[in-house]
Amino acid sequence: MCQVDENYHDDLDPAEMLNVSKKCIKCKEASAAVVIRVGDTYCRGCFKEYFIHKFRAMLGKNRIIFPGEKVLLAVSGGPSSCSMLSQVQEGLSQTAHRKLRFLPGIVHIDEGGAVGHSMEERQKALAELQTVFKATGFPFYFVPLEKVLDLPSSVVATATAPSEHPASAYKSAVNDFIHIDSSSCSTPLDQEETSIPEVQESHTQFLQQLIVSVKTLTARQDLLNTLRQHLLVDTARTKGYSKLMLGDNCTRLAVKLLTSVSLGRGAQLAQDTGFSDSRYGDIISVRPMRDFSTKEIAYYNHIFSVPSVFIPGLDTKTTNKASIQHLTESFVTKLQTDFPSTVSTIYRTSEKLQTACRSSSTADCCDRCLLCMCSLDTAPENASAFQATLISEQLSQNTFLGASRSTKIIPRQNQDPLESEIAAPTGQCCSSGGEEGCGSAENYEVCYSSAHRPQTADVKSFLCYSCQLTIKDMSSLEHLPQYVLSEAWRRHSRSQMREEISEFLLDDGDEGD
Amino acid sequence: MYVLLNAVRCISDIFLFLGGAELLFNGVKEHHVTLPSQSEPWDMKQLLVWIQQNLLKERPELFVQGDSVRPGILVLINDADWELMGELDYQLQEQDNVVFISTLHGG
Ligand SMILES: [Zn+2]
Ligand SMILES: [Zn+2]
Repeated sequence: MCQVDENYHDDLDPAEMLNVSKKCIKCKEASAAVVIRVGDTYCRGCFKEYFIHKFRAMLGKNRIIFPGEKVLLAVSGGPSSCSMLSQVQEGLSQTAHRKLRFLPGIVHIDEGGAVGHSMEERQKALAELQTVFKATGFPFYFVPLEKVLDLPSSVVATATAPSEHPASAYKSAVNDFIHIDSSSCSTPLDQEETSIPEVQESHTQFLQQLIVSVKTLTARQDLLNTLRQHLLVDTARTKGYSKLMLGDNCTRLAVKLLTSVSLGRGAQLAQDTGFSDSRYGDIISVRPMRDFSTKEIAYYNHIFSVPSVFIPGLDTKTTNKASIQHLTESFVTKLQTDFPSTVSTIYRTSEKLQTACRSSSTADCCDRCLLCMCSLDTAPENASAFQATLISEQLSQNTFLGASRSTKIIPRQNQDPLESEIAAPTGQCCSSGGEEGCGSAENYEVCYSSAHRPQTADVKSFLCYSCQLTIKDMSSLEHLPQYVLSEAWRRHSRSQMREEISEFLLDDGDEGD
Repeated sequence: MYVLLNAVRCISDIFLFLGGAELLFNGVKEHHVTLPSQSEPWDMKQLLVWIQQNLLKERPELFVQGDSVRPGILVLINDADWELMGELDYQLQEQDNVVFISTLHGG
């Protein structure tokens, strides 16, 4: 036993790392420049080869991106996404049989408005990015985050079934493509889109109100991620791209995985951190950088002069405990420094989760969370944390309101700060006359007090457990972008209609359509 | 373990590069510094202390932790991982090129 313990410590002791050899372990000739893991020392040449190979292998083994397909690269300007961009460039410059065969485009979401940067700072950052993007020759789009205010509600509504390509389809697509490959694959640049867009000040203000209405940094970051994702998907759709490439690296995914667990997103882990993510149906997100650590990326970018643009975010220069995401990041970073192999263990966990969840994620669109678009995990299950929270929430409300006779477990937001309603087309919650229209007798009270409009509880009922927690940190829901509210309204009236006609429906086939 | 160089008294023109960490240094990314003379040769440990006292404008805890750099900040000495160079014990020489790269909030 004693022996075993000692061995265990030997493996993990950071002091042992100093014993690494000074020659490259691959070519055994050149002197090493980079230490990737304990003992894995590479020279510059071999490191470059290793890096490029890893990127191509990741795309190759997953076979999700078809030849000739239009792929939109989401580039934040950070090291990871810029590295991804340079790898795609590298892949396209290869000779025929090793060449990447998709058509890339770039999108950058300018979050300056939400983070509180001045117009000047934003323009400056965008100008820097513009230089980087122009050098690639790919078409690129700058989308200010303010655009979420104009998104169509279809972003959170449609969940077209992802077109399943059989394995053979991939091969024939490759062959087809090789024949037409000689034709140039350059897409004409859309001049209007490549210029830096103007942003209306009122929009920025509205966006800031939304961000400020969220009380905790944790929830702010979560909401920002969601809005960004919606905007990326919408941009891909409107510009005719079918895949979205995200720059999440292994370190980031490890952070995301642990954060997700802390935020109650356990049910969505697989989609949040896996290689591909099909929750938006027709637009599939892929994460080709997921095998790279931030260290590898930082070294590669530095040694091979890959340009990146530093843009401060919500949590830049905050303390470790400012948000759950930030705290997790510093935890994982520390792990990576002291025990480098443990980080990949964390993110590999997500690979194992993937298969288990995939099969059950074929839910219909109304069973998806209004914000994160994952399958709803709020189906009543006794003894879940979710139910426990609801019960205690209800108990505390009972004392608050005096003796309320409600017994059904439905989150009711009768307190003042959450009283805000959905600003939807004039609600008709009770229009069909009394209790029946509102679903059930227990709901009558809520419905009555909200005076003909669906209430916050209605938005909440379309959210997964974790997104409910985020929303709970908002002082008022009226700042949510219109597309979210109107989709909530649409779902609300749909379920209401279903309720009304329920007695005419056959009992077992509970949901038509 | 590391050969002592002939007593370097005053080291001039050490080049410091701060990628992603420049916010902590008044937004200045590149520094050419001259270290004051001392009887012992300068090592990385001392350089970090010197940086903290002379260059760091705010929040030292975001750059250093204990004797070393904060986890998440990578160090390259003359374009090689400092883990290969003896980390804090590395002894600086004229014209050395020291790079600090922050990997935090990189996306
Ligand atoms: Zn080598
Ligand atoms: Zn959700």
